[in-house]
Amino acid sequence: MVSSIPLRPHSHPRAEERRQGRRVSKDAPDCTREPSGASFETPAARAPQDEGGAESGERERIAARAAAARVADPEIPVLTIDDLGILHDVAIDAAGQVVVTILPTYSGCPAMGVIALGVEAELAEAGFSGARVRLSNTPAWSTDFMSEAAREKLRAYGISPPERGAGKRALFAPSASVACPRCGSEDTERVSEFGSTACKAHWRCLACREPFDHFKCI
Amino acid sequence: MPLASPDPRAAWLMRLGDASLILGHRMTQWLSRAPTLEEDIALANLGLDLIGQTRALYARACEIEGGGRDENALAYRRAEPEYRNPLLVEQPNGDFAVTMVRHLIFAAYATPLYERLSSSNDAETAGIATRSAREMAYHLRHAAEWTIRLGDGTPESHARAQTALDDLWPYVPELFEADDLDRDVAASGFGVDPSTLRGDFDAAVAGVLARATLAKPAEVRGQRGGKAGRHSEHLGHILAELQVLQRAYPDAQW
Repeated sequence: MVSSIPLRPHSHPRAEERRQGRRVSKDAPDCTREPSGASFETPAARAPQDEGGAESGERERIAARAAAARVADPEIPVLTIDDLGILHDVAIDAAGQVVVTILPTYSGCPAMGVIALGVEAELAEAGFSGARVRLSNTPAWSTDFMSEAAREKLRAYGISPPERGAGKRALFAPSASVACPRCGSEDTERVSEFGSTACKAHWRCLACREPFDHFKCI
Repeated sequence: MPLASPDPRAAWLMRLGDASLILGHRMTQWLSRAPTLEEDIALANLGLDLIGQTRALYARACEIEGGGRDENALAYRRAEPEYRNPLLVEQPNGDFAVTMVRHLIFAAYATPLYERLSSSNDAETAGIATRSAREMAYHLRHAAEWTIRLGDGTPESHARAQTALDDLWPYVPELFEADDLDRDVAASGFGVDPSTLRGDFDAAVAGVLARATLAKPAEVRGQRGGKAGRHSEHLGHILAELQVLQRAYPDAQW
């Protein structure tokens, strides 16, 4: 763990509803899907005994994960932190508090602090008080962690998604073709390796003449 | 000069962080002054990556040290002799060719450094290095493309790129000279001995210089001292700018 973002303790009226058996809404994202490589079977994920044993602890954890998974990236609001593959772990510690582990993306990305606050707010809204967010450098995040669904959402939003494995390209190797997210043409050219945010490069389409962002591959 | 930290692993990570912080700060000095809008954004992003890497390296160093310091204490409350960056990164920005050639040299050194460090026996350090290696490879491509464009461009841009290369080459050897600290952390499996990186550096730079029609300067006895805390006059000016707010108003926050 590299740094903890201290969060203010919360006492939210909905905490009481949740303890009384309020269910997570049906439109919550599918919280049973776990990204490959993530391990949720940590000892800390076991339920505190005074809340009804392992089963209710696991329900709590799933509800907490569903809440955290709703948090959107502040710079690409169509993607949630789950889509990006940075929601690494949600556990409940020995004291019964939720601990959310997120993976930092680009070293210089200023959105991490906002994302941590978003997780705090969403968990408070779902009735989990005193949640903590920790950043972990292990495993090192890569654009390869993004799901196919996330890539499709990016394309629909007008951002050309990253190619898989492109971060390992050799110095003078040609870049993979980048399709225009608007017209689909691969007759495109790079304007600059750097764009409007730390995660984007600036491209243009030579077929439909539209400029577009391409998600930087690392 | 004593180590920057009693723990050699922490001292070594701080040294890597010092290099990326000072170079990152140099990049921020380009803001609003780059030759094109795209390049202004690019230089800002190069700086942002470097400063982000610094924060992760410093934070891990502080955790290992366990003495209660944090990354802000390292960045804002140390004087020149406590900084252990190589002299290359504190050299003035000069013209655009100097900045790009300096970045080519640094990225061609840092990319294989972080690639090797991604098998550190410390998992957090390995994770930071894995991400940093991908970012520095991206920086290397950017700096290489500009070096080629400038070197293989007009007579004016070629002359400026060659002058930049000749002026900065004396700062190359220090990057690869291993001292006791380098050897110590490499032997324990935590760090990397920089003398093992020179082959990768030479291969990458030779490929770029050939395409750029630039002549590789003759090997010289280099300028050295930064890694041991002996700096050029430039670092003091950088720190004055970097630290002025925290020195005037300690622990100020906004």
